[in-house]
Amino acid sequence: MAEGVKPRVKAPSSAAAGEAVVLKTLISHQMESGQRKNADGTPIPRSIINRFTCEFNGKSVIDVKMEPAISTNPYFEFEAVIPEAGDLKFTWYDDDGDVYEDVKSVAIA
Amino acid sequence: MEFTRRDTLAIGMGAVAITVLPFRVNAAAEEAISAFTGGADIAETGVTLIAPEIAENGNTVPIGVEAEGAVAIMVLAMGNPTPGVATFTFGELAGAHSASTRIRLAGTQDLVAIAQMADGSFAKASSNVKVTIGGCGG
Amino acid sequence: MKFKAMTAIAALLLSVPAMSLADPDEDQLVLNGEMESVTETAAPAHLSDVLDTIYSGWRFRENETQALQMDDFDNPGMIFADLGLDQWNAVEGEEGKSCASCHDDVTESMKGVRAVYPKWNEAAGEVRTLAMQINDCRETNMQAEPYKYNSTQMTNMEALISVQSRGMPVNVAIDGPVQATWEAGKEMYYTRFGQLELSCANCHEDNYGNMIRADHLSQGQINGFPTYRLKNAKLNQTHDRFRGCIRDTRGHTFDVGSPEFVALELYVASRGNGLSVEGPSVRN
Repeated sequence: MAEGVKPRVKAPSSAAAGEAVVLKTLISHQMESGQRKNADGTPIPRSIINRFTCEFNGKSVIDVKMEPAISTNPYFEFEAVIPEAGDLKFTWYDDDGDVYEDVKSVAIA
Repeated sequence: MEFTRRDTLAIGMGAVAITVLPFRVNAAAEEAISAFTGGADIAETGVTLIAPEIAENGNTVPIGVEAEGAVAIMVLAMGNPTPGVATFTFGELAGAHSASTRIRLAGTQDLVAIAQMADGSFAKASSNVKVTIGGCGG
Repeated sequence: MKFKAMTAIAALLLSVPAMSLADPDEDQLVLNGEMESVTETAAPAHLSDVLDTIYSGWRFRENETQALQMDDFDNPGMIFADLGLDQWNAVEGEEGKSCASCHDDVTESMKGVRAVYPKWNEAAGEVRTLAMQINDCRETNMQAEPYKYNSTQMTNMEALISVQSRGMPVNVAIDGPVQATWEAGKEMYYTRFGQLELSCANCHEDNYGNMIRADHLSQGQINGFPTYRLKNAKLNQTHDRFRGCIRDTRGHTFDVGSPEFVALELYVASRGNGLSVEGPSVRN
């Protein structure tokens, strides 16, 4: 696993049924673009998170294809509709095969 | 100041370089666009692209896209070594069909967002972002 | 090459309107919509000959950069404070202790600490930066390996401790036992370094608000450190920033943690007495 990868998610703990809520995610990751060279001139190989998904109770909220132009420590903000109580699942897919996950439960207020 | 013939020529060539360059860079972007749209016509309204007019540092430029009724939105940085930035595909539980992120821009250039609508049509928006070159910056 | 020329032309065009933006802007920093932060205040008495007002570097940044610091979730530096909290609770060293073993809840025990550092340590008879104090704690009380002075772990820990003082005014002592160190730092601030023969004051006292190429010069305040810089997308420490500045004068720089930089940090911190602690801040 890439070092020091830590996801951070901001989601409300409760929502009205059918309400659209704002979600924010940040994950610490170098997002090495493959465009840079090291001190002796050899290219540094690409190593990025290439996909991010968010699901609620197994249904898709958003699915993002990520390219090397996404900044270090990738940040996303988007909205989800919360139809019932359940779990928001956030997943990041690394080039090296690692998968990082976070889950936030949302109650119906 | 008097312009010599050589000066004028140099200025002219500079201008040619400036106008010609974007087309070359755009080849990869054109490919990405036609792969996304299948060559369909692209409307000029229906997508909102929010980006700063001047980015203080090209390493972290906040942007946002929104297109009501979109299935997916692709963002391209036309002047980057590789133009792809991200493609947002909205699921059945998406709220507003909008998303924000932070991106890298290699220099001053156009950003383009193309949305695929539920009825299979396409729409786009573009925005020019000026990227400043740092001072000493430490 | 052509691309570089294009960007150079764009920068030239930009520099014209930018000149009218020479001063700090009027924006006010409110964190998370509730915590007001002082980004402009009367200069401390010891600066009365040279400055009337001191400004946080936040005031010299574009709106988009400013916005990144106004919400703790949008601030990418906060993730490193989170990592610092994991370190805070981790048992290390032969004493079998974590930071929390002695200092319990960081939000209580570290409140106000960042605001008064660097400060005098009576037992050791020296001026200590926060990093030096953290390492002394690790070595003496935890029997653990010290962090490398400007390591990620040290910077994470500094960020965690700084967060607990946000909104409180910087208030470092400049007299008494620290006076000699403070004087040494002041002398360094006004000493020209490098082939370009630039002192800190040449840019940050004489020319703050002006443009250096496309960059808006600030007063070089350090109330926002550690600072998440968009340029390298990580948290940066005060001494690393000093190093970058001296390097850009084309001078031989000092080491992080060196007595020179400890003195300079104390002096520069004192120039910000009265501004709110902002670390981890966001800058370009």
